[in-house]
Amino acid sequence: MTEYAVELDRATITRGRRVVLADVTAAIRPGEFIGVLGPNGAGKTTLLHAILGLLPAAAGEIRVFGARPRRGNRAAGYLPQRRAAVADLPVCGFDFVASAFDGERWGLPRFGRAAQRRIEAAIDAVGAVALAGRRLAQLSGGELQRLLLAQALLGEPHLLLLDEPLISLDPHFQSEIVALVKRIQRSRGITVLFTAHDLNPLLGAIDRVLYLGHGRAALGTVAEVITSEVLSALYRTPIEVLHINGRIVVVAGHGAVEAEAHLHDV
Amino acid sequence: MFEYDFMRTAFAAGGIVAVVAGAVGFFLVLRNLTFAGHALSHVGFAGATGAVLVGVGALWGLLAFTLGAAIAMGVLGDRLRDRDLAVGIVLALALGLGVLFLYFYTSSASEATAILFGNVLGVDVSTLKSLIGLSVIALAALGVISRPLLFATLEPELAEAKGVSLRLLSVLFLAIVAVAVAESAQIVGVLLVFALMVGPAAAALRLASRLWWGLAFAVVLAVAETWGGIALAYVTDWPTTFWIVLLSCSGYFVSLFTSRERTYVDHYQPSSVAR
Repeated sequence: MTEYAVELDRATITRGRRVVLADVTAAIRPGEFIGVLGPNGAGKTTLLHAILGLLPAAAGEIRVFGARPRRGNRAAGYLPQRRAAVADLPVCGFDFVASAFDGERWGLPRFGRAAQRRIEAAIDAVGAVALAGRRLAQLSGGELQRLLLAQALLGEPHLLLLDEPLISLDPHFQSEIVALVKRIQRSRGITVLFTAHDLNPLLGAIDRVLYLGHGRAALGTVAEVITSEVLSALYRTPIEVLHINGRIVVVAGHGAVEAEAHLHDV
Repeated sequence: MFEYDFMRTAFAAGGIVAVVAGAVGFFLVLRNLTFAGHALSHVGFAGATGAVLVGVGALWGLLAFTLGAAIAMGVLGDRLRDRDLAVGIVLALALGLGVLFLYFYTSSASEATAILFGNVLGVDVSTLKSLIGLSVIALAALGVISRPLLFATLEPELAEAKGVSLRLLSVLFLAIVAVAVAESAQIVGVLLVFALMVGPAAAALRLASRLWWGLAFAVVLAVAETWGGIALAYVTDWPTTFWIVLLSCSGYFVSLFTSRERTYVDHYQPSSVAR
């Protein structure tokens, strides 16, 4: 039997009293690049939190490389949804990335050469060497995302959980970040779960889509999942999928499901 | 001025407390918790006057109250957010209690002034020993939690996912702040703890781009301002606290007017081993 990177077996995940995902079954193979899609509040962040062990499954089971999710799992690298406050931190890029190096262990910060080498390797891997000496306040949104990605890579994880890395980025920077993640995923053979509220920047990079909506999920290739039948069944309302100049637009009876305006979900 | 015992004690006490205030203050400013430091010192006023009333050293009363309040603040955590009114009223109650204790302790008004505005020249040798002991404990504790503390400060979500307990760290750090506040109050008084803990750290964070240089700079500034204040007080016979506060504020304002890009003395250099 193959060991899956992430496996949800009839998993129900609740946040407070709200059931965010109900009875979801999905299995993600090692080395897959999965786009986790869905409108705001569909449970993308909640799903990542459950995989990280921050939220227990209320029913069913979640397994990460065959084991129950637990906080501090070194196999998982995580890029949290960016807070506005990060840009105001009075630190330079290197120190920001370095703060996550072994940060979960008690003691003094690591100053040694070995630590510095590994931190610089992570910064190098995201092409951010030039950003390391600059203050976060001087960086653009895309540059900040590179540093956050470097932090996620520090422990050389086998599984990358990226929460909305494209949020509030210009299309040009969006495709840069997607290409960067794709390159890292390929060269290291790692599994990536990449949440986004728009599918289009991810087309061509992702292997499969995990589409969340109304507490349910559909997993498959873009051609399998992003169809009128599957999405209509997911939402229990008529949904149309339009292909326009190589872009895909998902439209509900009353307007676009993936609206351009985006607010942070939980 | 070093020929007098009380001056030597003052320099020693001021120096050791400034090291703690500068280092703890650095994390306090980084964590945007400066108001918590201020609040703790106000709570400490009731502790200090109460201790004097029952005949214990003011330092121990301060420490008991600031520690108690710090742990309560850490445990309540987010529940205190947007509770400015409740926090403010509890602080007012603490100051009011302090006034009541002073009323019962009728013998001396100078004791009240010393608690409110500090009296570093009045530090005796036994207090100095206590200050050294407390400083060692506070700095050692800060050292033990510094790596996760920094991680949780800059990246709370990521730290939590990596297994860091944000609540535990917050309680531990506030307890260290409580010790630093109690110590600083011996030098500049409960009302002006801000000057010693926040002023140097705020200036250092503007002037340094590397974190650990910033921390070192905050400590050096705090010590320089404290020693400078004591020396100026010796020369002018004006209150030490005034000079320390003036130097601390001047340091901060100078840092505001210096151009950030040019003044960084500590730019990050990639190590030669990287490639």
